[in-house]
Amino acid sequence: MQTQYLDFERPLVELEQQIDELKQVAGPGVLFAEEIGRLEERARKLQIEIFNDLDAWQKVQLSRHPNRPYMLDYVERLMTDFIELHGDRLHGEDRAIVAGLAKFGDRRVMVIGHQKGRNTKENLVRNFGMANPEGYRKARRLFQLADRFGLPILTLIDTPGAYPGIGAEERGQAEAIAQCLVTMAALKVPVIATVIGEGGSGGALALGVANRVLMLEYAIYSVISPEGCASILWKDQSKAAEAARQLRITAADLHRFGLVDAVIEEPAGGAHRDYEATARKVGAAIGGYLDSLSGMTPDELVGDRYDKFRAMGVFETAK
Amino acid sequence: MGWFGKIRADADAEKRSVDEGLWRKCDECGEARLAEEFAKNLQVCPACGYHYQLDAPGWVNLILDPSSFVERDPDLVAADPLAFKDQKGYRDRSRASRKKTGFGEAMLSGDGKIRDRDVSVGFFVFQFMGGSMGSVVGEKVARVFERAAERRCPAIIFNASGGARMQEGVYSLMQMAKTSAAIARLRATGQPYISVLLNPTTGGVAASFAFLGDVIVAEPKALIGFAGPRVIEQTIRQKLPEGFQRSEFLVDHGMVDFIAPRHEMRSRLALLLDHLAG
Repeated sequence: MQTQYLDFERPLVELEQQIDELKQVAGPGVLFAEEIGRLEERARKLQIEIFNDLDAWQKVQLSRHPNRPYMLDYVERLMTDFIELHGDRLHGEDRAIVAGLAKFGDRRVMVIGHQKGRNTKENLVRNFGMANPEGYRKARRLFQLADRFGLPILTLIDTPGAYPGIGAEERGQAEAIAQCLVTMAALKVPVIATVIGEGGSGGALALGVANRVLMLEYAIYSVISPEGCASILWKDQSKAAEAARQLRITAADLHRFGLVDAVIEEPAGGAHRDYEATARKVGAAIGGYLDSLSGMTPDELVGDRYDKFRAMGVFETAK
Repeated sequence: MGWFGKIRADADAEKRSVDEGLWRKCDECGEARLAEEFAKNLQVCPACGYHYQLDAPGWVNLILDPSSFVERDPDLVAADPLAFKDQKGYRDRSRASRKKTGFGEAMLSGDGKIRDRDVSVGFFVFQFMGGSMGSVVGEKVARVFERAAERRCPAIIFNASGGARMQEGVYSLMQMAKTSAAIARLRATGQPYISVLLNPTTGGVAASFAFLGDVIVAEPKALIGFAGPRVIEQTIRQKLPEGFQRSEFLVDHGMVDFIAPRHEMRSRLALLLDHLAG
């Protein structure tokens, strides 16, 4: 994988390159040890400095980082015996959503998530993680299958949004998403959704009607992309950073609002710097919540999910 | 019931301007007719039949038995959970919309009757911030379904909305889940829900309860879809085909049960309820 970095990561990455070069020159000996130690300490401090003070727009960029771990990176690290299941049985197979049966520890689960591509070739297949109706109908089919076999459902959310195309509209994009929502609402198995990157609007929520909703620290969840919001409300796409701030789309904001249940801390410098550590934390969080839901009856799970979403919304009563 | 007064005031204003000889030209066919003719014809062009938007009180009068409508939750108004501010603050925007429209929010909901049958109904007020769905619209719609479930009567929603209300961020997005969950509960009671798609029905409203009707009815030539045509054009950099995302297109693609012209809507809904609810 080609390492790429964001503008605000640049000073850090450059320092790290310097350290690497010095290490290569030094070889295995103790040469430059003191200098290397000093630079490493500086890098550590610089990283803390940069990441302690990220604004909403920087978090948007991190959530879209080209090196960020994607759905299958988590499946690989957290699950065994994964069998991918394909197709919506109606029209086609959408590879922007991946779904299958797996073992999560000693539990049998259904795992469903958006999958982005790492490069142009992969993105031709994955459509940048933007699903067509077939993706949502596959998800819905497998929600129902999991329900029938009593399998807990784990969803991993990472999409810029549902694909806005002619074919998608012809084949009922809105209907496909709506069916996911009403189907998830009635599932009699535990459902845990984790936003691992971009939670882009209805296309994200279609996998998000869960008993517990978790978010990685630098993931975002939004009703509209900051760029889309800026071009509608400010009539100016360059106001995206401002829109990102106003829309309150960061994990910290949404946790404060009670719209997500937990924020999963990312390793220093972001999830893309340490897949293993990130996956471990995600796995631990999901495992914990699965345990806490395991005592609930099917009807309690449905009721718990209903109450959760029913309570969402803030309004006033006019005098 | 602030809006009853308002309709009468509007009707008076209309009469006066007609007396003064106000003509109205149809954007669709170009014919000029007396504005009064449009009003009498339920905002349908008397020449070409194009359906202009009918406001929420107009729908109440058209669909429900006379004097049967009782508005519910009229006092719910928007808060400002994000303290959202673009060119204007959200509180100012929603206050201005309340003033302009005479409605508390983008949804007029309540109980009524269609040919003596109880129904739980909701009508979008498109003039209120483009019929966008924030917490209040989501709450009112969820209550429409909950009252239908409690009273064991059918639910009908008349949709006209651009989608979720950006100014409420993820709170708006979650209204899609909330309303869909309420439909899941209504389904368990065996009561039908009919969704009527008016011009326009797009975005988060389309992608939740608008497309979850047991039966989905559309008005002629209504714009219906997930993404707006402009967004699609920008994404695919292609011209959109003629009639794309219009009701007739949706019927051809199997997404809508049938199209009902406005003057037949009440009788078609009554017949549907006879079939579904016995």
